Amino acid sequence: MNQNRRDMLRITSVLGLAITAGLINPSEVFAAEWKAGVFEAKSLEDAIKAIGADKFAVSKDVAVNGPDIAENGAVVPVSVTSAAPNTEFIAILVEKNPNPLSASFNIPAGTEAAVSTRVKMGGTSNVHALVKADGKWLIASKEIKVTLGGCGG
Amino acid sequence: MANPMRIRANATGDVVEVKVLIRHDMETGQRKDSSGKAIPAHFIQTLVAKCNDKVVLDAQMGTSVSKDPFLSFKFKGGNKGDKIAVTWVDNKGDTRTDEAVVA
Repeated sequence: MNQNRRDMLRITSVLGLAITAGLINPSEVFAAEWKAGVFEAKSLEDAIKAIGADKFAVSKDVAVNGPDIAENGAVVPVSVTSAAPNTEFIAILVEKNPNPLSASFNIPAGTEAAVSTRVKMGGTSNVHALVKADGKWLIASKEIKVTLGGCGG
Repeated sequence: MANPMRIRANATGDVVEVKVLIRHDMETGQRKDSSGKAIPAHFIQTLVAKCNDKVVLDAQMGTSVSKDPFLSFKFKGGNKGDKIAVTWVDNKGDTRTDEAVVA
């Protein structure tokens, strides 16, 4: 066993102890954990419910940007911006995908509420951005037409 | 194997724009190989970006993020020369951290 590995083991065990002792919240070590239930939700409603947004309102403060027509569903650029103050969470949901939730982001203070990424789309669908700002849930949508499916279709 | 990420961070005033290109298959678990067997899911689940040890973005991903994920975001309060570190962990427990310096 080399020295590095020994150190690593010691560090992880100390961290583990600190977590079990409640000294460090796991979210501080590795910001947010991946929630299987949310990502495995099969329908848009289930996914939104699993995120914890019981009530949400359509808002003009939130914008979903992407192409009107995506030629390749495997790589669809999507960006979400929120002008709502105190935006703390952004989720990208593709309504007709087998698992609608594509990605979610926790936005720490100081980070602008604007993220861009690329998603896969099984076919033409509405893409929704669900945003939590000031404790309220806001949503915006955009339909993206897909000419070639991204899930082997 | 985990391939290196490409991270670019540029400061305009005190706003830093970070672009990350990750090399990862992002296998959905729904595709089948030529013999008809399902290819097991293999995808990044969590990603954390830090600037000088302060978390600036914390992302969770599902299988529908595209292959070789791309991510861009902006944060305030960064300066040229700051260190940006991005770490991801996938569903098989693979992880990788790469760093870049704000230009």
